[in-house]
Amino acid sequence: MSFPWAKNYEPQQPLMKWLDAKLPLPRLVYNAIGAGYPVPRNLNYFWNFGVLAGAALAIQIITGIVLAMHYAANAGVAFNSVEHIMRDVNAGWFLRYAHMNGASMFFIVVYLHIFRGLYYGSYKAPREMVWLLGVVIFLLMMATAFMGYVLPWGQMSFWGAQVITGFFSAIPAVGDPIRVWLLGGFAPDNAALNRFFSLHYLLPFVIAGVIILHIWALHIPGSSNPTGIEVKDEQDTVPFHPYYTAKDGFGLGVFLMIFVALTFFSPNLLGHPDNYIPANPLSTPAHIVPEWYFWPFYAILRAFTFNFLWIDAKLWGVIAMFAAIALLFFLPWLDSSPVKSSNYRPLNRIFFWILVVDVFILGYCGKSPAEQPYVILSQLCAAYYFAHFLIILPIISRIERPLPMPNSITEAVLAKNADASSAPATA
Amino acid sequence: MVRPLGFLVGLGFILALLCAIFTTPLSNEPNAVHEFHKHPRHLALASDGMFPHWDKAQLQRGMQVYKEVCSACHSLNLVAFRDIAELGYTEGQVKSFAKSYDNIPSINPDTGEPATRTGLPSDHFPAPYANETAARAANNNALPPDLSLITKAREDGKNYVYSLITGFQNPPANLPKELQPATGLHYNPYFANLNLAMAPPLADGQVTFADGSPNDLKSMAKDVTAFLVWTAEPKLVKRVWTGWAVFLYLLIFTILAYLSYRNIWAGKEH
Repeated sequence: MSFPWAKNYEPQQPLMKWLDAKLPLPRLVYNAIGAGYPVPRNLNYFWNFGVLAGAALAIQIITGIVLAMHYAANAGVAFNSVEHIMRDVNAGWFLRYAHMNGASMFFIVVYLHIFRGLYYGSYKAPREMVWLLGVVIFLLMMATAFMGYVLPWGQMSFWGAQVITGFFSAIPAVGDPIRVWLLGGFAPDNAALNRFFSLHYLLPFVIAGVIILHIWALHIPGSSNPTGIEVKDEQDTVPFHPYYTAKDGFGLGVFLMIFVALTFFSPNLLGHPDNYIPANPLSTPAHIVPEWYFWPFYAILRAFTFNFLWIDAKLWGVIAMFAAIALLFFLPWLDSSPVKSSNYRPLNRIFFWILVVDVFILGYCGKSPAEQPYVILSQLCAAYYFAHFLIILPIISRIERPLPMPNSITEAVLAKNADASSAPATA
Repeated sequence: MVRPLGFLVGLGFILALLCAIFTTPLSNEPNAVHEFHKHPRHLALASDGMFPHWDKAQLQRGMQVYKEVCSACHSLNLVAFRDIAELGYTEGQVKSFAKSYDNIPSINPDTGEPATRTGLPSDHFPAPYANETAARAANNNALPPDLSLITKAREDGKNYVYSLITGFQNPPANLPKELQPATGLHYNPYFANLNLAMAPPLADGQVTFADGSPNDLKSMAKDVTAFLVWTAEPKLVKRVWTGWAVFLYLLIFTILAYLSYRNIWAGKEH
């Protein structure tokens, strides 16, 4: 499952030799994220985000387990138990703010990780399985984050749960019974809060399991790289340790500094004030807004306002919102270009950047109230989102003429460095 | 197979959206409230910014305003008497402050009947009404919100609270009839729908401070807002200063990590 020149694990101490013979766990780690895993030598900083996402998950699990020791999942006391954590538990305010902003940091690094995969074509053969498992992780993250946001049982918790579980009632005929079954009642209440807490505790470990599969699948072809050219020989690679452990250590430091700035200096920046009001089923907030990482999808949901082809507008919205994520599962086959990196795909690069801007506008519309001009903007941008993946990308991957590519990773590296050293002379 | 199917699915979504675009009116329904609604004025406090501290004298004055004025209608459920030690009171002062409350709900130890007793430092500030029904009955069916988290539970928290307390005024002459305050409501341009059930709570000179601090409306509003910033997050100052320590530690870590990264990659072209 690796390159023939990968370093072999050779334990020196008797204890490690004994362990290797009985349970070769150190060997597994060595081959997975140690010196035994050869990695392309030309990875840029965008390749830091996988490790950072893993770090973010670890932080969420650790802070979450301690928070669960003090939190009470009961509709009568949940809100006050969170305030008890904020006021009376030793360093409780830190744990709670770190967990709350940790979710945002997790999504930031995962979105950058997905951005990297899209721009550099990491989803293409031979890494389709890595991509598919990544989309599964993304879906699990969204479910976990949603259920976690319900736990403080504030106004946005309650009304967010009301809106999101309401999606299921859009399903014809069986929708309402499904929603009641999922909630354990006709509206979010104690039954819903309890099961959300149970699942919110479970799913991160499921995510951790899928991450193991994600890394396993990655290690079969090995990591991709900014040129998109596959590794040809030993000089194209460096051992993961110490080269990329050192680089990831630096990346982790920068990540933690941003994390800390957010958590300690502006912990409520990404939150919503209404969630400091206890849940009240009799009072609907003026604007129900999900957390920022759902904004683009929320905008797609709300963009569908017309009962097209006998399908209710609400159902269109729900289908479109799920389709917006589900289509990512088909991306490796929608994009048939053999060239991975958009550095060598002039046409794809243009449309890709339009997509990035498009998603940002969708996010802004998802945050804004359902008024003009946000409604028409989200309708136009949702149309581009689907057009990009389902129509434009399949076409340009056929008609595009890629730029000339280097023969190997090493050649690309040497050519780039030669350019860099000769540039001042010519300038 | 994936591409033709995807093409059709994409076309379906785009057609549905095109129909939606052409059937959605491009103008919003007129909303006169927007015209009259004002954004909160800025209030600067010692607890703001990157180098905050608590102005304890101000917080003590703010607590006095809460106790003498706000607490007639608003509860402060999340704050315990013991917490006010952080405002600079001694243990003895906290005890006697708690003891000054004789209406802490309790149970008569002999009969088991509901009763009241004097406060202990571990008690929380007692609520002015026994329950929501009692609160609404006494307030023209409006519910005075709990104030513990109020500066975190409103957009632009402290500025909003300060502006609301000081923002009562006569309705402007051009205010449409449907926005005129009904009986029992009071015009306030900082409130979401302009008409607030709360009457102007503070007036110049209403509270007398022992230290002779100014007691005009704005000064008292500042003091009580500062106090409510503290009740919403008693750990705010500690949080920011802990943040600096963690940030500087991480800065050193990151510089070292960067240097070791450069050192390891030295001589390796990439």
